[in-house]
Amino acid sequence: MEDKKTLFINGKEVEFTNEINLLEVMRKNGFNVPTFCYRPDLKPFGACRMCVVEIEGRGIQTSCTMPPEPGLKIQTNTERTRRIRKTVLELLLANHDRECTSCEKSGNCELQKYSEEYGIRNIRYAQKKEFAEIDTSNPSIVRDPNKCILCGACVRACEEFQGHAVLGFANRGSKTVVQPMAGKCLGDVDCVYCGQCQAVCPTGALTIKSDIENVWSEITNKDKKVVAQIAPAVRVALGEMFNLEPGENTIGKINTALREIGFDLVFDTNFSADLTIMEEGTEFLERLKTGENLPLFTSCCPAWVRYMENAHPDMLNHLSTCKSPQSMLSPVLKEVLPKRLEGYTKENITVVSIMPCTAKKAESKREELSKDGIQDTDYTLTTSELGRMIREAGIDFSKTEPSKGDTPFGEYTGAGTIFGASGGVAEAAVRTAYEIATGKALENVDIKELRGVHNRCRDVEFDINGAKVVVRVVSTLKEAEKSLQEIKEGKAKFQMLEVMACPGGCVNGGGQPRSCDSSLIKEKRAEGLYTEDKELPLRKSHENPEIQKLYSEFLEKPGSHKAHELLHTTYQNRLKGSYKDFSK
Amino acid sequence: MELKNNLLDIEALKQQSVEKLKTEGLRVLICAGTGCVANGSLEIIKKFEERGINVQPLGEKDKMTAVPTGCHGFCEQGVLVVIPDLDVTYVKVHLDDVDEIIESHIKGGKPVERLLYTDPATHNHVFKNEDIKFYAGQTRVSLANCGEINPEALEDTIAADGYKALYNILKENNPDKVVEEITKSGLRGRGGGGFPTGRKWMFTKMAQGDKKYVVCNGDEGDPGAFMDRSVMEGDPHKLLEGMAIAGFAVGADEAYIYVRAEYPLAIKRLRTAIKDAEEANLLGKNIMGTDFNFEIHIKEGAGAFVCGEETALIASIEGERGMPRPKPPFPANKGLFGKPTLINNVETLANVPVIMLKGADWFSSLGTDTSKGTKTFALTGEVNNTGLIEVPMGTTLREIVFELGGGIRNGKKFKAVQIGGPSGGCLTEEHLDLTLDYDSLIKAGAMVGSGGLVVMNEDTCIVEVARFFMNFTQNESCGKCTPCREGTKNMLKILEKITRGEATLQDLDLLEELAMSVKDGSLCGLGKTAPNPVLSTLKYFRDEYIAHIVDKKCPAGVCTALKVIEIQEDKCRGCSKCSRICPVGAISGEIKSPFKIDKEKCIKCGACLDSCPFKAIIQK
Repeated sequence: MEDKKTLFINGKEVEFTNEINLLEVMRKNGFNVPTFCYRPDLKPFGACRMCVVEIEGRGIQTSCTMPPEPGLKIQTNTERTRRIRKTVLELLLANHDRECTSCEKSGNCELQKYSEEYGIRNIRYAQKKEFAEIDTSNPSIVRDPNKCILCGACVRACEEFQGHAVLGFANRGSKTVVQPMAGKCLGDVDCVYCGQCQAVCPTGALTIKSDIENVWSEITNKDKKVVAQIAPAVRVALGEMFNLEPGENTIGKINTALREIGFDLVFDTNFSADLTIMEEGTEFLERLKTGENLPLFTSCCPAWVRYMENAHPDMLNHLSTCKSPQSMLSPVLKEVLPKRLEGYTKENITVVSIMPCTAKKAESKREELSKDGIQDTDYTLTTSELGRMIREAGIDFSKTEPSKGDTPFGEYTGAGTIFGASGGVAEAAVRTAYEIATGKALENVDIKELRGVHNRCRDVEFDINGAKVVVRVVSTLKEAEKSLQEIKEGKAKFQMLEVMACPGGCVNGGGQPRSCDSSLIKEKRAEGLYTEDKELPLRKSHENPEIQKLYSEFLEKPGSHKAHELLHTTYQNRLKGSYKDFSK
Repeated sequence: MELKNNLLDIEALKQQSVEKLKTEGLRVLICAGTGCVANGSLEIIKKFEERGINVQPLGEKDKMTAVPTGCHGFCEQGVLVVIPDLDVTYVKVHLDDVDEIIESHIKGGKPVERLLYTDPATHNHVFKNEDIKFYAGQTRVSLANCGEINPEALEDTIAADGYKALYNILKENNPDKVVEEITKSGLRGRGGGGFPTGRKWMFTKMAQGDKKYVVCNGDEGDPGAFMDRSVMEGDPHKLLEGMAIAGFAVGADEAYIYVRAEYPLAIKRLRTAIKDAEEANLLGKNIMGTDFNFEIHIKEGAGAFVCGEETALIASIEGERGMPRPKPPFPANKGLFGKPTLINNVETLANVPVIMLKGADWFSSLGTDTSKGTKTFALTGEVNNTGLIEVPMGTTLREIVFELGGGIRNGKKFKAVQIGGPSGGCLTEEHLDLTLDYDSLIKAGAMVGSGGLVVMNEDTCIVEVARFFMNFTQNESCGKCTPCREGTKNMLKILEKITRGEATLQDLDLLEELAMSVKDGSLCGLGKTAPNPVLSTLKYFRDEYIAHIVDKKCPAGVCTALKVIEIQEDKCRGCSKCSRICPVGAISGEIKSPFKIDKEKCIKCGACLDSCPFKAIIQK
């Protein structure tokens, strides 16, 4: 009992343990204070000043930067704290493009929310008049400087997650801005398109480049066969936009909703995740045998692939040549569907991928991932874009009856599902590679040491035919960079490196529904995926009967010539920054 | 710490230095501070040197040596030439005067009267420094050697007991006692905040860490302030010694001096001083033969005012954008590169060797109950004597303005002083007998700050003063926190509206409300104090704000938009002189009948006012 530490919030005694700041203690105990700049996964910054509280003997303090101490007496709603918050809101609004109704983040904007809560009805300060141009040069992210409130969350996300300074502060005083490096546009800098900047942005300053209208026009075009593929992490997050619990698996509802919207066929990227394992597992075993190009880097994450091309082109040989699951399925669909179904041709199929990821939008536009001038994946929608299409279509998602995906590419194993969480690709690969290499059945399918959305780097050792194989799982590129340096210094002791650019993996991807507390939510989403894995009858990719069928009928065997043609890709040296201009 | 047998003999070193200085004969001290250098003192020094070889001074001295020194403080009278052996101070010396000084005074024993300081009140010539009122009222501790020694010659410093305090401390080898002594002295931070220095040292000493740093804040950013520059230029070794003592006391072996790149002379002299001290084993490895190591680096700042804020300064040294970080954690626990860091301002550290040499009791005998020692101020504005002064804490404003400062220029009336720079506040006539110390200034709504002291006369518009400082803080805000970035901008906009006569009383309320939010809500000291000029002028000169807003008048006649220039019909003879001089053609009329000013066209430049031979044009 002696260890019990307490402090007082508005006169109420509350306990605390190892919370990093007062704000967390307050939230846990049901005392909410507003904040723009504090994000649980980022270092406290103390800039917006919305979370101020009054502490006896210490005066006004920002609760996001103040560590809890026993006996502190905190008041959250005093005349002074309320005045500061209202002044901050009024000042920010005076400087803000207040065209709320037509803003991408309307209804999902913290500035709008707090202004409403604090009853700001009258802006007494001079309104900013000159407006800056909106930057649409990036394939995934749109930047509207007129909506930036300079909370710095994007700057920190870029630096703390990806080790990048793509976005930074410039100038001083009221001329201060957040802008891409050296004042360039967002399409001309070494952005990897992970979208974490817009995920943490409290306003409409950074948003996802929307493909919703493009997809609608394909759907309404009678000549087109619109085919969807849904990535693993989408199913455990989309429900949040419809008041369902984070982590609730809604794949059945998504299948139904997509059909109601007008998609012709609904497939699952989990299927091609299984396919990825067949190819990548084989590739890994091959490299282990020859000892060449080790450690093998996974290539599912497009932000990571882009990072390698931007920053370490000399190490591209380590990257698996396998396409990502999205980009494996799309050419297979365009190749196989016309052979199996009436009315489908390569030209009239539109493949729409639904991804938790903004970088996938850029991946879909890669030259290598096209054939005869037709992109393999035509459009990529993020989870949150799909949510908006469902709303627009007037579908009551929570009441939608679940249905199954279409065959054959809607069948998948648990190994495919767990791709959506950090460590999932490695776990799926081990499940298959172990059995192929040893010829023995894997006793324990749940390799829990590889899991976890908070720990950003972990090594797990396996014994494959008497040889020690170390698999390393990292998330965030900042963490990945450390591993790359280990390799360059000859200190690396691992043979496989799984990298996901978003902290915790795709469950926390830049295209997922926004949340102010991504820390807790990504945990629940990952749990949702591992639950589905556990409940599925088949949990190893090589046991997927449709995969086996695809190989026997079409691809021959993993690593075959045909498989290489459809399922493998090449990478480019982009070190000098010759970027394609995506602005249109 | 273990003392080694070969401990350096500082007394012998001092003796050598004193002997060496004796060989220089008659020392002519010529100010080589930034101000006097700009006035041509380097050429004057060169000429004295060239002539020196052949000069046989009158009296015992067999030769003459020109000694470039640091700033004497009385910059407006530069170039200053002081010859202590002849008890004389020459002011406003030009290159052409050198020969006369040598021939008439040095060789002939006859002072050059026209180059002596003239008291503005008595119009008498004054010979000696100590008889000049500007100097008479001063007690120089941190500036004691400035103007007395050659900052680039280590023997000058050693002869003046430089590094003796460090020697004593290393010999005694008791860091706790050093912290105790500094605590006992009552020294408080001279950079603005006034935090007790001894406590800061104790926190850093107690902080856990394998590596600790000392950082010297030399990012003097207040407009018109140059006390830290004077120390760095005029007595760099005192600063280095103070830093080494601090490092020994808190357990640091590495240090940074953060200096503005706009101070090239200070940087040059500091570099020379570090090199000389290292070569003499007074800094660097195994200092004076002990195992105490202390390495000092210089980091040049790029001139952001906010980098004077300690956490922003640390960020800047680390190579980050100079933006303040929230406290806690305090630098004492987590500072430079995440290590415990002691950060003190130049003037604070320059006091340290003196305290350690003369004792805490001596130091605390100067000043008031809660503010010990002396403080330097940069005295500027509408006083007769401007420059750098060092006075005991507790000196009254009246003494400074009317004794040291010699009263208001041109017989005008005193109106106010802005004290503490852009973060300080305005004080009025009723505060003239206020003692200048940390606590009484805070009480009056101002602050010691880094020691800027701008004196204003009756012709100054107080609203314009507030606008000026708000413009400064707005431009220098780092842009990180909302209240400072957006708040100061909007305060500035309202102040501009007032000076244009476009504001309403609601605007005045809004200005006050906003000022309170910026003060309460900002992240760092810059933002928290930015509204001070507005709040203090609103407190003491509210009627002037009201005059601008309600009567649409600027009582001091400064705000252009509120000026009205009129031709008095009864006095105008219609000579047309004014219409010919008007640069915008706003005045017209027929010869020999009264002229008129077109108010739409008039830009209120005032050219016509002076041109009228009949004084028919007036400004309201």
